[in-house]
Amino acid sequence: MTDSKYFTTTKKGEIFELKAELNSDKKEKKKEAVKKVIASMTVGKDVSALFPDVVNCMQTDNLELKKLVYLYLMNYAKSQPDMAIMAVNTFVKDCEDPNPLIRALAVRTMGCIRVDKITEYLCEPLRKCLKDEDPYVRKTAAVCVAKLHDINAQLVEDQGFLDTLKDLISDSNPMVVANAVAALSEIAESHPNSNLLDLNPQTINKLLTALNECTEWGQIFILDCLANYTPRDDRESQSICERVTPRLSHANSAVVLSAVKVLMKFMEMLPKDLDYYGTLLKKLAPPLVTLLSAEPELQYVALRNINLIVQRRPEILKHEMKVFFVKYNDPIYVKLEKLDIMIRLASQANIAQVLAELKEYATEVDVDFVRKAVRAIGRCAIKVEQSAERCVSTLLDLIQTKVNYVVQEAIVVIKDIFRKYPNKYESVIATLCENLDSLDEPEARAAMIWIVGEYAERIDNADELLESFLEGFHDESTQVQLQLLTAIVKLFLKKPTETQELVQQVLSLATQDSDNPDLRDRGYIYWRLLSTDPVAAKEVVLAEKPLISEETDLIEPTLLEELICHIGTLASVYHKPPSAFVEGSRGVQHKRLPGSAGSGESVESPDTSSAAGLSEAPPAVIPSQGDLLGDLLNLDLTPPATTGPTPPPSSGMQLGAMDLLGGGLDSLLGGDLGGSPAMGAAFGAPPAVMPASFNAPVSGGLDDLFDLGGGVGMTMGAYSPPKTIWLPAMKAKGLEISGTFARRAGVIQMEMTLSNKAMSVMTDFAIQFNRNSFGLAPAGPLQVLTPLNPNQSIEVALPLSTVGPVMKMEPLSNLQVAVKNNIDVFYFSCQYPISMLFVEDGKMERQVFLATWKDIPNDNESQFQIKDCHLNSDAVSNKLQSSNVFTIAKRTVEGQDMLYQSMKLTNGIWVLAELRVQTGNPNYTVSLKCRAPEVSQCVFQSYEAILKN
Amino acid sequence: MIGGLFIYNHKGEVLISRVYRDDIGRNAVDAFRVNVIHARQQVRSPVTNIARTSFFHVKRSNIWLAAVTKQNVNATMVFEFLYKMCDVMSAYFGKISEENVKNNFVLIYELLDEILDFGYPQNSETGALKTFITQQGIKSQHHTKEEQSQITSQVTGQIGWRREGIKYRRNELFLDVLESVNLLMSPQGQVLSAHVSGRVVMKSYLSGMPECKFGMNDKIVIDKQGKAGSSEDGGKSGKQSIAIDDCTFHQCVRLSKFDSERSISFIPPDGDYELMRYRTTKDIILPFRVIPLVREVGRTKLEVKVVIKSNFKSSLLAQKIEVRIPHPLNTSGVQLICMKGKAKYKASENAIVWKIKRMAGMKESQISAEIELLPTNDKKKWARPPISMNFEVPFAPSGLKVRYLKVFEPKLNYSDHDVIKWVRYIGRSGIYETRC
Repeated sequence: MTDSKYFTTTKKGEIFELKAELNSDKKEKKKEAVKKVIASMTVGKDVSALFPDVVNCMQTDNLELKKLVYLYLMNYAKSQPDMAIMAVNTFVKDCEDPNPLIRALAVRTMGCIRVDKITEYLCEPLRKCLKDEDPYVRKTAAVCVAKLHDINAQLVEDQGFLDTLKDLISDSNPMVVANAVAALSEIAESHPNSNLLDLNPQTINKLLTALNECTEWGQIFILDCLANYTPRDDRESQSICERVTPRLSHANSAVVLSAVKVLMKFMEMLPKDLDYYGTLLKKLAPPLVTLLSAEPELQYVALRNINLIVQRRPEILKHEMKVFFVKYNDPIYVKLEKLDIMIRLASQANIAQVLAELKEYATEVDVDFVRKAVRAIGRCAIKVEQSAERCVSTLLDLIQTKVNYVVQEAIVVIKDIFRKYPNKYESVIATLCENLDSLDEPEARAAMIWIVGEYAERIDNADELLESFLEGFHDESTQVQLQLLTAIVKLFLKKPTETQELVQQVLSLATQDSDNPDLRDRGYIYWRLLSTDPVAAKEVVLAEKPLISEETDLIEPTLLEELICHIGTLASVYHKPPSAFVEGSRGVQHKRLPGSAGSGESVESPDTSSAAGLSEAPPAVIPSQGDLLGDLLNLDLTPPATTGPTPPPSSGMQLGAMDLLGGGLDSLLGGDLGGSPAMGAAFGAPPAVMPASFNAPVSGGLDDLFDLGGGVGMTMGAYSPPKTIWLPAMKAKGLEISGTFARRAGVIQMEMTLSNKAMSVMTDFAIQFNRNSFGLAPAGPLQVLTPLNPNQSIEVALPLSTVGPVMKMEPLSNLQVAVKNNIDVFYFSCQYPISMLFVEDGKMERQVFLATWKDIPNDNESQFQIKDCHLNSDAVSNKLQSSNVFTIAKRTVEGQDMLYQSMKLTNGIWVLAELRVQTGNPNYTVSLKCRAPEVSQCVFQSYEAILKN
Repeated sequence: MIGGLFIYNHKGEVLISRVYRDDIGRNAVDAFRVNVIHARQQVRSPVTNIARTSFFHVKRSNIWLAAVTKQNVNATMVFEFLYKMCDVMSAYFGKISEENVKNNFVLIYELLDEILDFGYPQNSETGALKTFITQQGIKSQHHTKEEQSQITSQVTGQIGWRREGIKYRRNELFLDVLESVNLLMSPQGQVLSAHVSGRVVMKSYLSGMPECKFGMNDKIVIDKQGKAGSSEDGGKSGKQSIAIDDCTFHQCVRLSKFDSERSISFIPPDGDYELMRYRTTKDIILPFRVIPLVREVGRTKLEVKVVIKSNFKSSLLAQKIEVRIPHPLNTSGVQLICMKGKAKYKASENAIVWKIKRMAGMKESQISAEIELLPTNDKKKWARPPISMNFEVPFAPSGLKVRYLKVFEPKLNYSDHDVIKWVRYIGRSGIYETRC
């Protein structure tokens, strides 16, 4: 029998045909038709129009057909509530059927139909089914109560179904018990405070009995429910544990993990000196290891959980390091998790093995995995002091491979190693510095800068190194900028004489030219600190740093406790509390380990070691990123005496600043600094700059604007063609770019209008050019500071330089551009008018012109006609001049004006021209002579464009 | 609990979609297609969260199965359920392929209705399901009242995996000890990790409701008996016992009894099933030793020599031996000389595959290869994946021995002696790798 044919139906009049078939007298045909309907429904076609016809097929003694109709009903009843009523009678009748399978089917399906009127009719049959003689019907009815509660909670309470459900916990059939437990647990979750599942020793006993008898799934429901119970004392806790441990040998991993959850939780209450406590710990390890031979998806879930268990009770798996070694064919998600656990289990005893493995992993293919392996080596060094030396040398070996991402990752971890073991491994700094140029990731750059700043006194050219970073200060990420600022201040405090200029430069970059408030604030803090009390500055900036902890990514203890209560569930996979990813009231309840919630009543003897176990001080966690922050936190922000947060009025400022300098700086610099006043002045400036800087940029900006306006209005600007669409929105996922080129005040600009025609916000714009004939390249980043909202347009002017890489293009003025945003990278090409490349000093001396003209062979001369131009020669000359085509001489021969002109391209190529203008004749002739005749065509086109504009 | 279950083909077309909970909409079907299937990337996590909806996915040949939820479900259970679902489907219609799923979609819906109620897994033992989900709807109408209640009591009962009234003329039992031996060895021949994961797979054709008891040379049991019995016996059997790290059992095994007495007693399902799984790490017999020798001769040549040694009784024969020697991506040609079997250079798999049909114990064989390389300017060194090996040996590398399998059926008149029992040991390679 093949059913696949139902997936292929004729398209035309499909619904109509189906309707006819559904109403057919023949049973077989009806069934076929319903199958087709279900197939269409699966694929996502709307077959709701057939509702009455399908419902008509419901009254049948064919169970298969009935099930199909029910399936249809569950899908569409909600959209057709009125018609769904038609089905009620059949449901009610089926609930009375002598066949228990049909009774159960009816009540199961009714519960899935979320239509109020059907729900009303559900109550009576459900009540009967909950007390049915057949266990199959009862177990189905138990789940149905949960369904009904989801639709109408009030109704369930009013009808007293909850009590009936509670009675089912004492049912003789284990599966009924299990389903009742599942239903009650779910209902209880949405009533956090109701004592619905009132678990007491009697009910617990019943659950534990059912645990031995029910299906694997039932065992999971029961174990998950047990995990919510808090035993009264350690004896009860132990007896439950004893009855749960056999489950650790179940073939179903979910049964095993749920059992582990119960044991992990109840173990908290056992005294640690109890023999049983030790036995239990030993019993937990083997099943956890066995989980690793399950299918990869389960391995992943198990590993995420083991990660939690190891953090809470490292003793369980401390001898099992080897099972976490990565296999070559493990899926990547298993590999990454195993690596995490390897680091957690690393100790002096096994470090040699671990390191050998990690070194092996660092040569694998997957980039993420390799990075993590390199990072792991660093973490081993920090965790196991004895291994630090070996780790460092391993890292150095890896740096020698020169694989870019390996080097960067290694530098990041070496920074942490320096933090942990100061004055031990600084000899490797030289090797690190060799790789300075290859660092392109912010984290690695920041780490390197930190190292240079921290050890400035040992690195001879520290100032040069830092200065090299400073060149592209504004292109760096915030992380790097902040680090650079701190590093240079450190450098200055260590070597004040040589680095004055540098520190001033960075401070002004950070405070005046930056839009980033964090950066600006830090800049001001340093600036003020240096200018008021340099001794304090030294104390603050070069203060001893707090030690970094062994473990960098430990889960915060209270969260860990909560997650332990959620072992096996999604929360334990995500390592997030359920409230972080579950909507609504469910799962908002925070679970706690017993005893730790501070509820002393439930724990009889709070002085037992269970409490002691919990009070073990959690290791202080300082994120490895935190050293920046650490510096700042050490700052005592209340200034020593004078300066408040608001600077004094600017008039008195200069003087005040001089005073502030005082002897402080001298004391810092000692006698070596002859030029201290000069330097003082330099430092005196900043507070003054503060208030001023609020005005200056604004007014400056306005001036610029006026300049621009004036320029355009007064002298005619260089020719710039109108904007054309370069990148249509269709081709760029909604980003439209139109643009043109212009030369404004000697700067070539690419002027673009970016329009967002998509539905989502666009950010992170960047631009890049392909190599081109004249080496055009963006002189700065694309300045789109605010995100571009849908239907918004923005004008951007991108200054261009001509020092980029050169490659001859066809046509010559072709430019290939790549624009990136948060969505994708887009490519387009456009042509620029060559007149844009005519430089301002393109006027040739007459003599030189003559000589050059003669010198260039006649083969290089090309002639063009410019048609339909009605300007006189003076106007022509003026117009061309504004585009940097300079008229050197004019000669009038036989009513013809001969204009001799010169222009120079950005790459130094001279173009000479002879333009013949005949009064009365609208057609001009231009002869171009150039050593590179390829450009002539383009130059001619520019002539035409300029003159006709 | 599980909010919905979808089955897709490799193109992302939905073959089956069953929604159990109101919080899962039709758009979930598309979200998974777009974000996971169409992404066509290596799966970086088997659990994917898209717009606060979690998708648990597994792939069987070309078919994706995805369970969807918005709640904090028991993740382990969801995956176990997906595997179970695959087992049930295979038991009904064989391989899970697009064609088979389409051909049986009505059956699959019926199964999904039965084994998952409001997202809670219900009895999913094929033995029980096959009694009432038959795809012959009419037939189930003709069950007598007794038959009906028998079905329901079996589905919900304590022994949900076996129905009453099974009768065989010949009572027979087949027991296979299947082991896969896993090894990771360093180039110097140091065992980095080794373990055996074994399974006891049974086929039982027994009448009635037989009570079975299975015994093996488990160290804990033997030691206990050794203490109780004569010291002579204890000394003898002590040598042959094995230490089992951990074991898990089919749900038919009484776990509490195993926990207290370490005895394995059960009422078996009818037909095929896996009685137990176990894992050992101590005193493993490693059937083969691989000794690699890789020498880089200049930048464009590589010399590889691999010796394999069989390490078991010379009267036994290993079969289906295959050694896979990876070579760099820039290989242009390979010359091979092997003493035994056939070796091939498979460029598409970037490996030299050396196959030997049979090899007796305590023997040695070797292959040497000269690999020509194309010069590259690739800075990154070749990762040198490990040399892997496949084989099959007629013994259990863990040393496990079946001591007895007793059958009692108090109600029917056949005894343990009347049951014909077959025992077989097969050791296979799991991940058997030697780094080079």
